[in-house]
Amino acid sequence: MTDLVIIGGGPAGMSAAIAAYECGIRDILILERDEHLGGILQQCIHNGFGLHKFSEELTGPEYAYRYEKRVIELGIPYKLGTMVLDITKDKVITATNAEDGVFQINAKAIILAMGCRERAKGALNIAGSRPAGIYSAGTAQKFVNMKGYMPGRDVVILGSGDIGLIMARRMTLEGAKVHAVCELMPYSSGLARNIEQCLNDFSIPLKTSHTVTEIHGKERLTGVTIARVDENRKPIPETSEFIPCDTLLLSVGLIPENELSRSMGVDLSGITSGATVDQDRQTSIEGVFACGNVLHVHDLVDFVSEEAEIAGKAAAEYINGMVETTVNIPIKTDGKIRYTVPQVITKSKDVTVFFRVSDVYKNVKITVKSGDDVIVSKKKVRVAPGEMESIKLRASDIEKRKELIFSLEVV
Amino acid sequence: MDRKLTCIVCPLGCSMVAEVENGKVLSVSGNTCPRGKAYAESECINPQRVVTSTVRCQDGSMLSVKTDRAIPKEKMAECMEIIASARPQLPIFVGDVIIKDVFGSDIIATQNRS
Repeated sequence: MTDLVIIGGGPAGMSAAIAAYECGIRDILILERDEHLGGILQQCIHNGFGLHKFSEELTGPEYAYRYEKRVIELGIPYKLGTMVLDITKDKVITATNAEDGVFQINAKAIILAMGCRERAKGALNIAGSRPAGIYSAGTAQKFVNMKGYMPGRDVVILGSGDIGLIMARRMTLEGAKVHAVCELMPYSSGLARNIEQCLNDFSIPLKTSHTVTEIHGKERLTGVTIARVDENRKPIPETSEFIPCDTLLLSVGLIPENELSRSMGVDLSGITSGATVDQDRQTSIEGVFACGNVLHVHDLVDFVSEEAEIAGKAAAEYINGMVETTVNIPIKTDGKIRYTVPQVITKSKDVTVFFRVSDVYKNVKITVKSGDDVIVSKKKVRVAPGEMESIKLRASDIEKRKELIFSLEVV
Repeated sequence: MDRKLTCIVCPLGCSMVAEVENGKVLSVSGNTCPRGKAYAESECINPQRVVTSTVRCQDGSMLSVKTDRAIPKEKMAECMEIIASARPQLPIFVGDVIIKDVFGSDIIATQNRS
Protein backbone atom coordinates (compact mmCIF):
# COMPACT_ATOMS: atom_id res chain seq x y z
CA MET A 1 0.00 0.00 0.00
CA THR A 2 1.34 3.42 -1.01
CA ASP A 3 0.03 6.49 0.81
CA LEU A 4 -0.16 8.79 -2.18
CA VAL A 5 0.14 8.06 -5.88
CA ILE A 6 0.22 11.00 -8.26
CA ILE A 7 -0.67 10.39 -11.89
CA GLY A 8 1.42 12.78 -13.96
CA GLY A 9 4.78 14.46 -13.30
CA GLY A 10 4.09 17.83 -14.91
CA PRO A 11 3.74 21.11 -13.04
CA ALA A 12 0.55 19.95 -11.28
CA GLY A 13 1.89 16.56 -10.22
CA MET A 14 5.22 17.89 -8.95
CA SER A 15 3.64 20.77 -7.05
CA ALA A 16 1.06 18.44 -5.47
CA ALA A 17 3.80 15.99 -4.46
CA ILE A 18 5.89 18.72 -2.82
CA ALA A 19 2.85 20.11 -0.96
CA ALA A 20 1.93 16.65 0.36
CA TYR A 21 5.54 16.03 1.42
CA GLU A 22 5.61 19.33 3.27
CA CYS A 23 2.46 18.21 5.13
CA GLY A 24 4.33 15.16 6.41
CA ILE A 25 3.53 12.50 3.81
CA ARG A 26 6.64 10.49 2.89
CA ASP A 27 5.26 7.49 1.03
CA ILE A 28 4.62 9.20 -2.31
CA LEU A 29 5.02 7.94 -5.87
CA ILE A 30 4.75 10.03 -9.03
CA LEU A 31 3.97 8.12 -12.25
CA GLU A 32 4.99 9.95 -15.42
CA ARG A 33 4.34 8.77 -18.98
CA ASP A 34 7.14 10.78 -20.61
CA GLU A 35 10.92 10.30 -20.22
CA HIS A 36 11.29 13.46 -18.11
CA LEU A 37 9.51 15.35 -15.37
CA GLY A 38 8.01 18.73 -16.21
CA GLY A 39 5.36 17.69 -18.71
CA ILE A 40 4.56 20.05 -21.52
CA LEU A 41 6.68 22.83 -19.96
CA GLN A 42 9.79 21.20 -21.46
CA GLN A 43 8.65 22.18 -24.95
CA CYS A 44 7.43 25.65 -23.94
CA ILE A 45 10.87 27.23 -24.31
CA HIS A 46 9.52 30.81 -24.39
CA ASN A 47 9.58 33.07 -21.37
CA GLY A 48 6.65 34.42 -19.40
CA PHE A 49 6.22 31.73 -16.73
CA GLY A 50 6.49 32.24 -13.00
CA LEU A 51 5.72 35.93 -12.57
CA HIS A 52 3.06 35.17 -9.94
CA LYS A 53 4.87 32.36 -8.21
CA PHE A 54 8.49 33.49 -8.29
CA SER A 55 8.21 37.20 -9.25
CA GLU A 56 10.52 36.57 -12.16
CA GLU A 57 10.09 35.69 -15.76
CA LEU A 58 11.16 32.13 -16.48
CA THR A 59 11.03 29.91 -19.53
CA GLY A 60 8.95 26.71 -19.35
CA PRO A 61 11.94 24.40 -18.77
CA GLU A 62 13.29 26.72 -16.05
CA TYR A 63 9.91 26.79 -14.31
CA ALA A 64 9.76 23.00 -14.44
CA TYR A 65 13.30 22.74 -13.10
CA ARG A 66 12.41 24.74 -9.97
CA TYR A 67 9.98 21.96 -9.08
CA GLU A 68 12.03 19.06 -10.39
CA LYS A 69 14.96 20.18 -8.25
CA ARG A 70 12.74 20.27 -5.18
CA VAL A 71 11.28 16.82 -5.93
CA ILE A 72 14.81 15.42 -6.17
CA GLU A 73 16.07 17.26 -3.06
CA LEU A 74 13.17 15.91 -1.02
CA GLY A 75 13.76 12.43 -2.44
CA ILE A 76 10.19 12.01 -3.65
CA PRO A 77 10.14 8.80 -5.74
CA TYR A 78 8.98 8.93 -9.34
CA LYS A 79 8.82 6.50 -12.23
CA LEU A 80 9.37 7.84 -15.77
CA GLY A 81 8.25 6.17 -18.97
CA THR A 82 5.36 4.75 -17.02
CA MET A 83 1.86 4.59 -18.43
CA VAL A 84 -1.10 4.17 -16.12
CA LEU A 85 -3.56 1.83 -17.78
CA ASP A 86 -6.37 1.70 -15.27
CA ILE A 87 -7.47 2.90 -11.86
CA THR A 88 -10.29 1.26 -9.94
CA LYS A 89 -12.74 2.90 -7.61
CA ASP A 90 -10.89 1.19 -4.72
CA LYS A 91 -7.70 2.98 -5.79
CA VAL A 92 -5.87 0.06 -7.35
CA ILE A 93 -3.63 1.45 -10.08
CA THR A 94 -2.46 -0.70 -12.99
CA ALA A 95 0.54 0.72 -14.81
CA THR A 96 3.26 -0.45 -17.16
CA ASN A 97 6.82 0.44 -18.07
CA ALA A 98 9.80 -1.22 -19.72
CA GLU A 99 11.49 -2.14 -16.42
CA ASP A 100 8.65 -3.40 -14.22
CA GLY A 101 6.33 -4.76 -16.91
CA VAL A 102 2.69 -4.52 -15.87
CA PHE A 103 2.29 -3.83 -12.16
CA GLN A 104 -0.32 -2.83 -9.63
CA ILE A 105 -0.22 -0.37 -6.73
CA ASN A 106 -2.79 0.07 -3.98
CA ALA A 107 -3.03 3.71 -2.98
CA LYS A 108 -4.58 5.34 0.06
CA ALA A 109 -5.04 8.55 -1.91
CA ILE A 110 -4.63 9.45 -5.56
CA ILE A 111 -4.03 12.81 -7.22
CA LEU A 112 -5.03 13.00 -10.87
CA ALA A 113 -2.63 15.37 -12.64
CA MET A 114 -2.63 14.12 -16.23
CA GLY A 115 -2.96 17.51 -17.88
CA CYS A 116 -4.77 18.11 -21.13
CA ARG A 117 -4.34 17.50 -24.82
CA GLU A 118 -5.02 19.48 -27.93
CA ARG A 119 -8.27 19.36 -29.83
CA ALA A 120 -7.44 17.69 -33.14
CA LYS A 121 -8.43 18.40 -36.71
CA GLY A 122 -11.07 15.67 -36.75
CA ALA A 123 -13.15 17.77 -34.39
CA LEU A 124 -13.22 20.66 -36.85
CA ASN A 125 -14.90 19.24 -39.96
CA ILE A 126 -12.86 21.12 -42.54
CA ALA A 127 -13.57 20.10 -46.14
CA GLY A 128 -10.84 18.76 -48.39
CA SER A 129 -8.30 15.96 -48.58
CA ARG A 130 -5.92 14.81 -45.89
CA PRO A 131 -2.44 15.80 -47.02
CA ALA A 132 0.71 15.98 -44.88
CA GLY A 133 1.53 19.35 -43.35
CA ILE A 134 -1.34 19.71 -40.89
CA TYR A 135 -0.30 19.69 -37.25
CA SER A 136 -1.68 20.72 -33.93
CA ALA A 137 0.32 23.72 -32.69
CA GLY A 138 1.68 21.73 -29.76
CA THR A 139 2.91 18.92 -32.02
CA ALA A 140 4.72 21.47 -34.17
CA GLN A 141 6.14 22.98 -31.00
CA LYS A 142 7.51 19.60 -29.96
CA PHE A 143 9.04 19.05 -33.42
CA VAL A 144 10.75 22.45 -33.51
CA ASN A 145 11.82 22.81 -29.89
CA MET A 146 12.61 19.26 -28.83
CA LYS A 147 13.48 17.44 -32.06
CA GLY A 148 14.88 20.33 -34.11
CA TYR A 149 12.65 19.64 -37.15
CA MET A 150 10.87 22.42 -39.02
CA PRO A 151 7.38 21.23 -40.00
CA GLY A 152 7.23 23.62 -42.99
CA ARG A 153 8.09 26.98 -44.49
CA ASP A 154 4.81 28.69 -45.40
CA VAL A 155 2.39 28.59 -42.54
CA VAL A 156 -1.22 29.42 -41.76
CA ILE A 157 -2.40 29.09 -38.19
CA LEU A 158 -6.02 28.42 -37.27
CA GLY A 159 -6.94 29.52 -33.78
CA SER A 160 -5.41 32.36 -31.81
CA GLY A 161 -4.96 30.67 -28.45
CA ASP A 162 -1.64 31.30 -26.79
CA ILE A 163 0.04 28.20 -28.22
CA GLY A 164 -0.90 29.32 -31.75
CA LEU A 165 0.48 32.80 -31.11
CA ILE A 166 3.69 31.48 -29.57
CA MET A 167 4.19 29.15 -32.54
CA ALA A 168 3.62 32.00 -35.00
CA ARG A 169 6.63 33.76 -33.47
CA ARG A 170 8.71 30.61 -33.12
CA MET A 171 8.20 29.54 -36.75
CA THR A 172 8.99 33.08 -37.91
CA LEU A 173 12.20 33.25 -35.87
CA GLU A 174 13.22 29.90 -37.37
CA GLY A 175 12.81 31.33 -40.87
CA ALA A 176 9.27 30.33 -41.86
CA LYS A 177 6.73 32.78 -43.26
CA VAL A 178 3.50 32.87 -41.24
CA HIS A 179 0.88 34.25 -43.62
CA ALA A 180 -2.02 34.63 -41.21
CA VAL A 181 -3.52 33.61 -37.91
CA CYS A 182 -7.27 32.97 -38.37
CA GLU A 183 -9.62 33.15 -35.41
CA LEU A 184 -13.25 32.04 -35.65
CA MET A 185 -14.37 34.31 -32.84
CA PRO A 186 -14.43 38.11 -33.13
CA TYR A 187 -11.69 38.25 -30.50
CA SER A 188 -8.52 36.33 -29.74
CA SER A 189 -8.51 33.96 -26.79
CA GLY A 190 -4.78 34.56 -26.37
CA LEU A 191 -3.14 37.02 -24.01
CA ALA A 192 -2.83 40.61 -25.25
CA ARG A 193 0.92 40.48 -24.62
CA ASN A 194 1.24 37.50 -26.95
CA ILE A 195 -0.67 39.25 -29.75
CA GLU A 196 1.76 42.12 -29.32
CA GLN A 197 5.06 40.26 -29.07
CA CYS A 198 4.27 37.22 -31.23
CA LEU A 199 2.19 38.75 -34.06
CA ASN A 200 2.60 42.54 -34.13
CA ASP A 201 6.39 42.35 -33.66
CA PHE A 202 6.58 40.37 -36.91
CA SER A 203 3.66 42.01 -38.76
CA ILE A 204 1.72 38.73 -38.84
CA PRO A 205 -1.95 39.47 -39.60
CA LEU A 206 -4.56 38.32 -37.06
CA LYS A 207 -7.79 37.66 -38.94
CA THR A 208 -10.60 37.55 -36.40
CA SER A 209 -14.02 36.20 -37.45
CA HIS A 210 -12.22 34.05 -40.03
CA THR A 211 -11.87 30.32 -40.44
CA VAL A 212 -10.31 27.76 -42.76
CA THR A 213 -13.02 26.41 -45.07
CA GLU A 214 -11.02 24.12 -47.32
CA ILE A 215 -7.77 22.21 -47.34
CA HIS A 216 -5.95 21.84 -50.67
CA GLY A 217 -3.28 19.38 -51.75
CA LYS A 218 -3.02 15.66 -52.19
CA GLU A 219 0.24 14.44 -50.73
CA ARG A 220 1.44 17.66 -49.17
CA LEU A 221 -0.68 20.66 -48.25
CA THR A 222 -0.61 23.22 -51.08
CA GLY A 223 -2.87 25.84 -49.57
CA VAL A 224 -5.98 26.64 -47.59
CA THR A 225 -9.12 28.60 -48.35
CA ILE A 226 -10.10 30.97 -45.60
CA ALA A 227 -13.29 33.01 -45.28
CA ARG A 228 -14.87 35.53 -43.00
CA VAL A 229 -17.69 34.17 -40.82
CA ASP A 230 -20.99 35.86 -39.97
CA GLU A 231 -22.36 36.39 -36.47
CA ASN A 232 -23.51 32.76 -36.41
CA ARG A 233 -19.95 31.69 -37.22
CA LYS A 234 -21.00 30.49 -40.68
CA PRO A 235 -18.49 31.19 -43.47
CA ILE A 236 -19.49 33.88 -46.00
CA PRO A 237 -18.57 32.30 -49.39
CA GLU A 238 -18.01 35.66 -51.17
CA THR A 239 -15.18 36.46 -48.77
CA SER A 240 -13.21 33.29 -49.60
CA GLU A 241 -9.51 33.74 -50.15
CA PHE A 242 -6.89 31.16 -51.14
CA ILE A 243 -3.58 31.24 -49.28
CA PRO A 244 -0.79 29.05 -50.65
CA CYS A 245 0.99 27.29 -47.79
CA ASP A 246 2.66 23.98 -46.96
CA THR A 247 1.74 23.94 -43.28
CA LEU A 248 -1.45 24.45 -41.29
CA LEU A 249 -1.17 24.64 -37.52
CA LEU A 250 -4.25 24.14 -35.39
CA SER A 251 -4.53 25.90 -32.07
CA VAL A 252 -8.18 25.27 -31.45
CA GLY A 253 -8.48 24.45 -27.81
CA LEU A 254 -7.38 22.05 -25.12
CA ILE A 255 -9.31 19.18 -23.57
CA PRO A 256 -8.57 17.76 -20.10
CA GLU A 257 -7.31 14.20 -20.50
CA ASN A 258 -9.77 12.26 -18.35
CA GLU A 259 -9.99 8.74 -19.75
CA LEU A 260 -8.63 7.29 -16.49
CA SER A 261 -10.93 9.43 -14.37
CA ARG A 262 -13.93 8.41 -16.45
CA SER A 263 -13.21 4.70 -16.33
CA MET A 264 -12.75 4.79 -12.57
CA GLY A 265 -16.13 6.47 -12.18
CA VAL A 266 -15.17 10.00 -11.16
CA ASP A 267 -18.04 12.44 -11.89
CA LEU A 268 -17.06 14.77 -14.72
CA SER A 269 -18.40 18.20 -15.59
CA GLY A 270 -19.86 18.52 -19.09
CA ILE A 271 -18.55 22.07 -19.24
CA THR A 272 -14.94 21.79 -18.07
CA SER A 273 -14.51 18.13 -19.22
CA GLY A 274 -12.75 17.70 -15.88
CA ALA A 275 -13.87 16.24 -12.59
CA THR A 276 -16.36 18.05 -10.40
CA VAL A 277 -14.52 18.88 -7.19
CA ASP A 278 -14.92 20.49 -3.80
CA GLN A 279 -12.73 23.28 -2.37
CA ASP A 280 -9.97 20.73 -1.64
CA ARG A 281 -10.07 19.52 -5.27
CA GLN A 282 -11.46 16.21 -4.07
CA THR A 283 -13.52 14.45 -6.73
CA SER A 284 -16.74 12.48 -6.28
CA ILE A 285 -14.59 9.55 -5.07
CA GLU A 286 -13.26 10.04 -1.55
CA GLY A 287 -9.47 10.24 -1.46
CA VAL A 288 -9.18 10.95 -5.18
CA PHE A 289 -8.15 14.50 -6.03
CA ALA A 290 -7.63 16.32 -9.31
CA CYS A 291 -5.61 19.44 -10.13
CA GLY A 292 -4.09 21.36 -13.00
CA ASN A 293 -5.22 21.10 -16.60
CA VAL A 294 -6.83 17.71 -16.11
CA LEU A 295 -9.36 19.50 -13.89
CA HIS A 296 -9.92 22.57 -16.05
CA VAL A 297 -7.68 24.31 -18.57
CA HIS A 298 -5.69 27.11 -16.93
CA ASP A 299 -4.27 30.28 -18.47
CA LEU A 300 -1.07 30.33 -16.43
CA VAL A 301 1.07 27.53 -15.04
CA ASP A 302 1.45 29.57 -11.84
CA PHE A 303 -2.24 28.93 -11.13
CA VAL A 304 -1.76 25.22 -11.89
CA SER A 305 0.96 25.04 -9.24
CA GLU A 306 -1.24 26.84 -6.72
CA GLU A 307 -4.18 24.57 -7.36
CA ALA A 308 -1.96 21.51 -7.06
CA GLU A 309 -0.76 22.73 -3.65
CA ILE A 310 -4.37 22.76 -2.49
CA ALA A 311 -4.84 19.19 -3.74
CA GLY A 312 -1.54 17.98 -2.26
CA LYS A 313 -2.31 19.45 1.13
CA ALA A 314 -5.84 18.04 1.12
CA ALA A 315 -4.59 14.60 0.11
CA ALA A 316 -2.18 14.71 3.07
CA GLU A 317 -5.03 15.59 5.41
CA TYR A 318 -7.09 12.75 3.98
CA ILE A 319 -4.24 10.26 4.47
CA ASN A 320 -3.79 11.49 8.05
CA GLY A 321 -7.47 10.89 8.71
CA MET A 322 -8.38 14.54 9.06
CA VAL A 323 -11.68 14.28 7.22
CA GLU A 324 -14.54 16.46 8.27
CA THR A 325 -17.39 17.14 5.96
CA THR A 326 -19.37 19.82 7.63
CA VAL A 327 -21.46 21.35 4.87
CA ASN A 328 -22.70 20.55 1.39
CA ILE A 329 -23.17 23.72 -0.65
CA PRO A 330 -23.38 23.34 -4.42
CA ILE A 331 -22.25 26.31 -6.52
CA LYS A 332 -24.46 27.10 -9.50
CA THR A 333 -23.94 29.53 -12.35
CA ASP A 334 -26.26 31.63 -14.52
CA GLY A 335 -24.83 30.70 -17.93
CA LYS A 336 -23.01 34.02 -18.41
CA ILE A 337 -20.66 32.58 -15.82
CA ARG A 338 -19.74 29.42 -17.63
CA TYR A 339 -18.34 27.36 -14.79
CA THR A 340 -16.77 27.51 -11.38
CA VAL A 341 -14.06 25.44 -9.72
CA PRO A 342 -14.84 24.16 -7.14
CA GLN A 343 -18.40 23.18 -7.97
CA VAL A 344 -19.29 22.33 -4.37
CA ILE A 345 -18.14 23.45 -0.92
CA THR A 346 -17.96 20.74 1.74
CA LYS A 347 -15.98 22.44 4.48
CA SER A 348 -16.68 25.60 6.38
CA LYS A 349 -13.53 27.55 5.56
CA ASP A 350 -12.33 30.45 3.41
CA VAL A 351 -12.55 29.41 -0.24
CA THR A 352 -11.35 31.08 -3.42
CA VAL A 353 -13.70 30.19 -6.26
CA PHE A 354 -12.29 30.33 -9.79
CA PHE A 355 -14.59 30.88 -12.75
CA ARG A 356 -14.77 31.69 -16.42
CA VAL A 357 -17.33 33.79 -18.27
CA SER A 358 -18.96 32.58 -21.51
CA ASP A 359 -18.42 35.68 -23.67
CA VAL A 360 -16.63 39.02 -23.70
CA TYR A 361 -18.57 41.50 -21.54
CA LYS A 362 -17.79 45.09 -20.59
CA ASN A 363 -18.65 46.88 -17.34
CA VAL A 364 -20.05 43.96 -15.45
CA LYS A 365 -21.06 43.18 -11.91
CA ILE A 366 -20.42 39.64 -10.74
CA THR A 367 -22.59 38.62 -7.82
CA VAL A 368 -22.56 35.65 -5.48
CA LYS A 369 -26.01 35.08 -4.01
CA SER A 370 -27.72 32.64 -1.74
CA GLY A 371 -31.46 32.93 -2.18
CA ASP A 372 -32.01 36.68 -2.18
CA ASP A 373 -28.95 37.47 -0.05
CA VAL A 374 -26.03 39.02 -1.87
CA ILE A 375 -22.88 37.55 -0.32
CA VAL A 376 -20.22 39.26 -2.44
CA SER A 377 -20.25 41.35 -5.57
CA LYS A 378 -17.42 42.59 -7.69
CA LYS A 379 -17.23 45.03 -10.60
CA LYS A 380 -14.99 44.51 -13.61
CA VAL A 381 -14.36 46.78 -16.59
CA ARG A 382 -13.89 43.84 -18.93
CA VAL A 383 -14.17 40.06 -18.69
CA ALA A 384 -13.37 37.49 -21.37
CA PRO A 385 -13.58 33.69 -21.66
CA GLY A 386 -9.81 33.51 -22.02
CA GLU A 387 -9.17 35.01 -18.60
CA MET A 388 -9.89 33.05 -15.46
CA GLU A 389 -11.43 35.14 -12.68
CA SER A 390 -11.71 34.46 -8.97
CA ILE A 391 -13.71 35.54 -5.94
CA LYS A 392 -12.75 34.89 -2.36
CA LEU A 393 -15.51 33.72 -0.01
CA ARG A 394 -15.12 33.83 3.74
CA ALA A 395 -16.13 30.92 5.92
CA SER A 396 -18.54 33.23 7.75
CA ASP A 397 -20.18 34.17 4.43
CA ILE A 398 -20.95 30.65 3.36
CA GLU A 399 -21.92 28.97 6.60
CA LYS A 400 -25.51 27.74 6.73
CA ARG A 401 -26.12 28.42 3.02
CA LYS A 402 -28.05 25.88 0.96
CA GLU A 403 -26.46 26.82 -2.35
CA LEU A 404 -24.49 29.62 -3.94
CA ILE A 405 -25.33 31.19 -7.28
CA PHE A 406 -22.71 33.01 -9.36
CA SER A 407 -24.25 35.48 -11.79
CA LEU A 408 -23.07 38.24 -14.09
CA GLU A 409 -24.94 41.35 -15.16
CA VAL A 410 -23.88 44.14 -17.47
CA VAL A 411 -24.30 47.45 -15.66
CA MET B 1 2.36 62.46 -30.50
CA ASP B 2 0.47 59.74 -28.63
CA ARG B 3 1.52 56.17 -29.14
CA LYS B 4 -0.71 53.23 -28.19
CA LEU B 5 1.06 50.27 -26.63
CA THR B 6 0.19 46.87 -25.18
CA CYS B 7 2.38 46.03 -22.24
CA ILE B 8 4.20 42.68 -22.59
CA VAL B 9 5.73 42.61 -19.11
CA CYS B 10 3.09 40.36 -17.53
CA PRO B 11 -0.08 38.46 -18.49
CA LEU B 12 -2.29 41.45 -17.60
CA GLY B 13 -1.30 43.08 -20.91
CA CYS B 14 -2.29 46.66 -20.02
CA SER B 15 -3.29 49.00 -22.85
CA MET B 16 -1.13 52.08 -22.46
CA VAL B 17 -0.67 55.44 -24.15
CA ALA B 18 2.73 57.08 -24.26
CA GLU B 19 3.11 60.76 -25.10
CA VAL B 20 6.25 61.02 -27.22
CA GLU B 21 7.89 64.20 -28.45
CA ASN B 22 11.29 64.59 -30.14
CA GLY B 23 12.38 61.09 -29.17
CA LYS B 24 11.45 61.63 -25.54
CA VAL B 25 8.63 60.05 -23.56
CA LEU B 26 6.80 62.81 -21.69
CA SER B 27 4.14 60.68 -19.99
CA VAL B 28 2.70 57.17 -19.82
CA SER B 29 -0.89 56.34 -18.91
CA GLY B 30 -2.88 53.10 -18.62
CA ASN B 31 -0.14 51.14 -16.87
CA THR B 32 -0.95 49.42 -13.56
CA CYS B 33 2.62 49.17 -12.30
CA PRO B 34 6.02 50.88 -12.60
CA ARG B 35 7.32 48.07 -14.81
CA GLY B 36 4.65 48.99 -17.38
CA LYS B 37 5.87 52.58 -17.42
CA ALA B 38 9.47 51.43 -17.84
CA TYR B 39 8.44 49.13 -20.70
CA ALA B 40 6.54 51.94 -22.47
CA GLU B 41 9.52 54.28 -22.18
CA SER B 42 11.94 51.68 -23.51
CA GLU B 43 9.54 50.57 -26.26
CA CYS B 44 9.23 54.09 -27.67
CA ILE B 45 12.96 54.83 -27.68
CA ASN B 46 14.87 51.56 -27.81
CA PRO B 47 12.55 48.54 -28.10
CA GLN B 48 14.06 45.38 -26.61
CA ARG B 49 13.09 41.73 -26.41
CA VAL B 50 14.29 38.57 -24.69
CA VAL B 51 14.99 35.91 -27.34
CA THR B 52 14.35 32.24 -26.59
CA SER B 53 15.44 29.48 -28.93
CA THR B 54 17.18 26.11 -29.12
CA VAL B 55 20.66 24.89 -30.02
CA ARG B 56 21.70 21.46 -31.21
CA CYS B 57 24.20 19.88 -28.83
CA GLN B 58 27.18 17.77 -29.91
CA ASP B 59 25.20 14.59 -29.22
CA GLY B 60 22.44 15.78 -31.56
CA SER B 61 19.88 16.60 -28.88
CA MET B 62 18.15 19.97 -28.68
CA LEU B 63 18.76 22.32 -25.77
CA SER B 64 16.56 25.32 -24.93
CA VAL B 65 18.37 28.64 -24.42
CA LYS B 66 17.59 32.33 -23.90
CA THR B 67 19.27 35.70 -23.89
CA ASP B 68 19.86 36.46 -20.20
CA ARG B 69 18.51 39.98 -20.75
CA ALA B 70 16.55 41.83 -23.41
CA ILE B 71 18.43 42.73 -26.58
CA PRO B 72 17.55 45.40 -29.19
CA LYS B 73 14.47 44.20 -31.05
CA GLU B 74 15.98 44.82 -34.51
CA LYS B 75 18.82 42.41 -33.65
CA MET B 76 16.52 39.41 -33.07
CA ALA B 77 17.09 37.80 -36.49
CA GLU B 78 20.87 38.23 -36.22
CA CYS B 79 20.77 36.85 -32.68
CA MET B 80 18.91 33.77 -33.96
CA GLU B 81 21.70 33.14 -36.52
CA ILE B 82 24.38 33.38 -33.85
CA ILE B 83 22.44 31.01 -31.57
CA ALA B 84 21.95 28.53 -34.42
CA SER B 85 25.70 28.33 -35.02
CA ALA B 86 26.46 26.99 -31.51
CA ARG B 87 27.23 23.30 -30.94
CA PRO B 88 27.72 23.01 -27.18
CA GLN B 89 29.27 19.99 -25.48
CA LEU B 90 27.53 18.07 -22.70
CA PRO B 91 26.97 18.12 -19.81
CA ILE B 92 25.09 21.40 -19.59
CA PHE B 93 23.19 22.79 -16.61
CA VAL B 94 20.47 25.43 -16.31
CA GLY B 95 22.16 28.86 -16.33
CA ASP B 96 25.39 27.76 -18.11
CA VAL B 97 26.62 30.33 -20.61
CA ILE B 98 26.46 28.85 -24.13
CA ILE B 99 27.60 31.97 -26.06
CA LYS B 100 29.09 35.09 -24.47
CA ASP B 101 28.21 38.69 -25.24
CA VAL B 102 25.54 38.62 -27.94
CA PHE B 103 24.25 42.20 -28.31
CA GLY B 104 24.98 42.86 -24.65
CA SER B 105 23.51 39.60 -23.36
CA ASP B 106 24.79 36.09 -22.76
CA ILE B 107 23.02 33.11 -24.30
CA ILE B 108 22.33 30.76 -21.39
CA ALA B 109 20.90 27.25 -21.10
CA THR B 110 17.39 26.90 -19.71
CA GLN B 111 17.54 23.09 -19.49
CA ASN B 112 19.89 20.44 -18.14
CA ARG B 113 21.49 17.97 -20.57
CA SER B 114 23.83 15.22 -19.57
